[in-house]
Amino acid sequence: MATIQVDGRRYAVDDRDNLLQACLTLGFDLPYFCWHPAMGSVGACRQCAVKQYRDADDTQGALVMACMTPAADGTRISIADDQAREFRANVIEWLMVHHPHDCPVCEEGGHCHLQDMTVMTGHHRRRYRFRKRTHRNQYLGPFIAHEMNRCITCYRCVRFYRDYAGGTDLGAFGAGDNIYFGRHREGVLENAFAGNLTEVCPTGVFTDRPHSERYARKWDLQFAPSVCHQCAVGCNTSPGERYGEIRRIENRYHGEVNRFFLCDRGRFGHGYVNRDDRPRRPEWHAAAGETRVLDVDEALERGGEALRRARRVIGIGSPRASLESNHQLCELVGQDNFSTGIAEREQVCLARMRRLNLDAGLPTPTLREVEAHDAVLVLGEDLIASAARLGLAVRQAVLGRREVLAEARDIPAWNAEAVMTLAQDARHPLFIAYPTTTELDAIAERCLHLAPDDIARLGFAVAHAIDATAPAVGGLDERTRATAERIAEALRSARRPLVIAGGSLESPAILEAAGNVARALATRERRGGLTLVRREANSTGVELLDGRPLEWALDALGQGDADAVVVLENDLHRRLPGERVDRALAAAETVIALDHQRTATWERAHLGLPAASFAEADGTLVSLEGRAQRFYPVYEPRYHRPESRIHPGWRWLLALHAGLQRRTLPDVAFDDLTRDCARRHPVLAGIVAAAPGADERVCGLKLARQPHRYSGRTAMRADLDVSEPSPPRDPDTPFTFSMEGYAGFDRPRREVPFAWAPGWNSPQAWNKFTDEVGGHLRGGDPGARLLEPAAGVAGHVDAIPPPFEAGVGEWRVVVLPRLFGGEETSSRAAPIMARAPAPTLRLAPADARRLAAEAGDTLVIETSLVHLTLPLLVDAALPSGLVGIPAGLAAALSSGAPARLSVVPGDGEAQP
Amino acid sequence: MWTSLIPATWSQLRTLGMVFRHAFRKRETVSYPEEAVYLSPRFRGRIVLTRDPDGEERCVACNLCAVACPVDCIALEKGEAEDGRWYPASFRINFSRCIYCGMCEEACPTSAIQLTPDFEMSEYRRQDMVYEKEDLQIDGPGKDHDYHFYKVAGLAIAGKGKGEAQDEKPPRDVRTLLP
Repeated sequence: MATIQVDGRRYAVDDRDNLLQACLTLGFDLPYFCWHPAMGSVGACRQCAVKQYRDADDTQGALVMACMTPAADGTRISIADDQAREFRANVIEWLMVHHPHDCPVCEEGGHCHLQDMTVMTGHHRRRYRFRKRTHRNQYLGPFIAHEMNRCITCYRCVRFYRDYAGGTDLGAFGAGDNIYFGRHREGVLENAFAGNLTEVCPTGVFTDRPHSERYARKWDLQFAPSVCHQCAVGCNTSPGERYGEIRRIENRYHGEVNRFFLCDRGRFGHGYVNRDDRPRRPEWHAAAGETRVLDVDEALERGGEALRRARRVIGIGSPRASLESNHQLCELVGQDNFSTGIAEREQVCLARMRRLNLDAGLPTPTLREVEAHDAVLVLGEDLIASAARLGLAVRQAVLGRREVLAEARDIPAWNAEAVMTLAQDARHPLFIAYPTTTELDAIAERCLHLAPDDIARLGFAVAHAIDATAPAVGGLDERTRATAERIAEALRSARRPLVIAGGSLESPAILEAAGNVARALATRERRGGLTLVRREANSTGVELLDGRPLEWALDALGQGDADAVVVLENDLHRRLPGERVDRALAAAETVIALDHQRTATWERAHLGLPAASFAEADGTLVSLEGRAQRFYPVYEPRYHRPESRIHPGWRWLLALHAGLQRRTLPDVAFDDLTRDCARRHPVLAGIVAAAPGADERVCGLKLARQPHRYSGRTAMRADLDVSEPSPPRDPDTPFTFSMEGYAGFDRPRREVPFAWAPGWNSPQAWNKFTDEVGGHLRGGDPGARLLEPAAGVAGHVDAIPPPFEAGVGEWRVVVLPRLFGGEETSSRAAPIMARAPAPTLRLAPADARRLAAEAGDTLVIETSLVHLTLPLLVDAALPSGLVGIPAGLAAALSSGAPARLSVVPGDGEAQP
Repeated sequence: MWTSLIPATWSQLRTLGMVFRHAFRKRETVSYPEEAVYLSPRFRGRIVLTRDPDGEERCVACNLCAVACPVDCIALEKGEAEDGRWYPASFRINFSRCIYCGMCEEACPTSAIQLTPDFEMSEYRRQDMVYEKEDLQIDGPGKDHDYHFYKVAGLAIAGKGKGEAQDEKPPRDVRTLLP
């Protein structure tokens, strides 16, 4: 700690910070541009000037840049000093010399850091009478719009894109007045985190393109704290709604999980909520193609009657639905009839991951803790594709070597450019074993492109090399043995080693191998970590409900053991082969589907009940680190569409349950449901603490979902009825669907719908909500952790698979997850569809030669269940004997299945 | 008693006389609606959306009028035309809520929204007080005859590329090394 003096008053601050960090942490409004809490200082913008005095006798003082000056003990500064103030006003004026005077038509307007800083310094009139320098814009893809003239040359974009996120296709060009931030030529920004440029850029150079198409200013959006549903990482988001549509997803700061950044799937993948073809009213499908729209009472009556008539009702849950909805389904049908809705091959992996979380001896680090690890082994995961934000955290962990080197030379960690220059290419060791190249390969010490079984064997070998009591792998070649030794040595010598594996390749052997490595490390008393990647938003949580796999449910229906089924927010056709699902559903007397999308399963249901998506429902999800987190409804769908009958899945199920027992629907509060779920499943006991109850108040007020400048209240729905209704009531949460309620920053609270503080309209306002800049929310970070390792470490597992051998004329399928298009709901969003690369079939060069096929040829892949035609991509990294298929194409293709390949005749090359 | 009665009577008569004299004064009230009311050019009445001197819509859907409105009676949505201009895809004012304060006009950066000297907007049904964009749009520039937002601002639209707005140099060639 250090004591500094600001404008004559003394404050205790952290001496590892710079003055800007210290001042912002203390709550002073000091303008800045180029500094960012996650990226440190470079001193490029000269905006944060303060007056520094040598000692008490120094009355003259000197101007220094606060972001480049350490907060050393005894520092005396003045923010309010006239000279400093004038300097800052001049800097803004210079930065604005070329500004294009287009705030009214700028998407950043209203949450613009440049606007905030201009107001803060008092600059309001352009005095420069000469002409402005201009630039042309570039097309940067479906996510990001570019308007270069708004640039103030702070370098944040390239520092984030290149240094933080590892992108290569955005750079600074030209010099002096010419300087230009863009790509070397027009094209789609390749990096998976490009969307963060919209928040990192303090001006409107990079803006959110899908938002611009359905635009509303930030002050006009209604927000609620939400959790991203597009993968299992559990990033916190703030979706913004206007006119009954989600218009934009903003990052919601969480000190332990996502902090400042989201991946592009999470940021731009919400469009499915707004689809016109979404079911909004209950539907009765009497026969194929014959649909009757029902009202709620009639739908429930029919549903209740069908369930009462049924001999046995099966409930199929979903890993993309909340815990409460799944639990309510379990209550409706009974634990014995409850299926998780997850295919067996995936559920086996999930169960194993849960066990490893308990008995492998290493805890699951939060994303922030991941960044503090100093050696990482990734077994069988392409992190950027399967859990992108985790991949970004791993990248920071690997680059963390810089700070270690800097510390040894007494260079403060915030001095970004010095730290980077010092470290050059020095990195913490990262090892990746995956069938093909991954985006993190560029920073890995070694990448091994192996078949899934060989990845597991490598893992077992590493475990044996660390701990001789772990089973040895027989028949290992010399190169792999040497690699395993090197990995083991790196993990052994690390202060905090991290092992990452997951279910992407659906290989239990890889998980067991990762478990052995973790156990080997745990016995050495290192503060290591084990992160296991799950696929969907609530995969971790639903697995804890102990349901049976989907195959069991389909078999029970197909064999006539059960004659009715309730499917909760799950498209079964994306999990198992279509024919099998259709057979089972056709055999059932009654199929009731609840969903927010018009899926193949919905079309085959007799009764369809429109469930709420994450934007309209309450619920709890468990992320891959075992953190239970609550998401809240952002808006009430009936306010703008009075005809809609959308309700959360759990409410439909409660009503069905009441109908089944001929009761009237009880008045159940959501918090009771959560408590009920926690009571029924002891492992979920912690979810009650995951969120504040509905009775939480700040200064006696509920919390506002709308900023206090929310406009159009008396005109938005005046076309429907000039007498506006009272705002929808929300008894289940502490929030109001209104601007009335607490929305400030000075009372600590955990669930913050949107960040706003006086003078801070941009996302930089989050600095007002944290205990120190880049720290934790002052009210505590949201969520509660459920899965902590049990005391003691279980014994090593000895289930080492034989090495992979390429078959003759037969290939093994590996399904490769992909960020865009590989996930069910986000691939229904237009921008994601536009961004997703065309699906290709990957083959090793030798295999392609054997088939006499060239890149771009059309190939047919055939398994016992499926027949698919895809263009060929020759992948030099892929081991021979494997065929790589992108995820999300055909449910019938699962990793490990044997497949035959042939070239489509007449497509250039003849079949051999 | 008589001494007080005389001035009191005089006061009464004087008052009667003064009142009577007013019958010959010029009238302050007008017999509306037979006679038109004089409204000053700056009178704050019915709100209109004007066009720029070229006849294009002036409103760029920046939402500043809506946020300035103290009764929140303005709601609009942004659209983007083929040529790159922003325009209000819908624009609605609920005149049954409007208090004619003129804050919207003051906030407008393009002189698009203006209050006019007209208050004759009464309706039998309150719902008819909700004006949509086609009810608000007029053909002329209103009180501001010259302002043309897109000629000033740097946003490129069809027919006005980068570097052609007010006080702008032609776009830079990023690939050159010359200053």
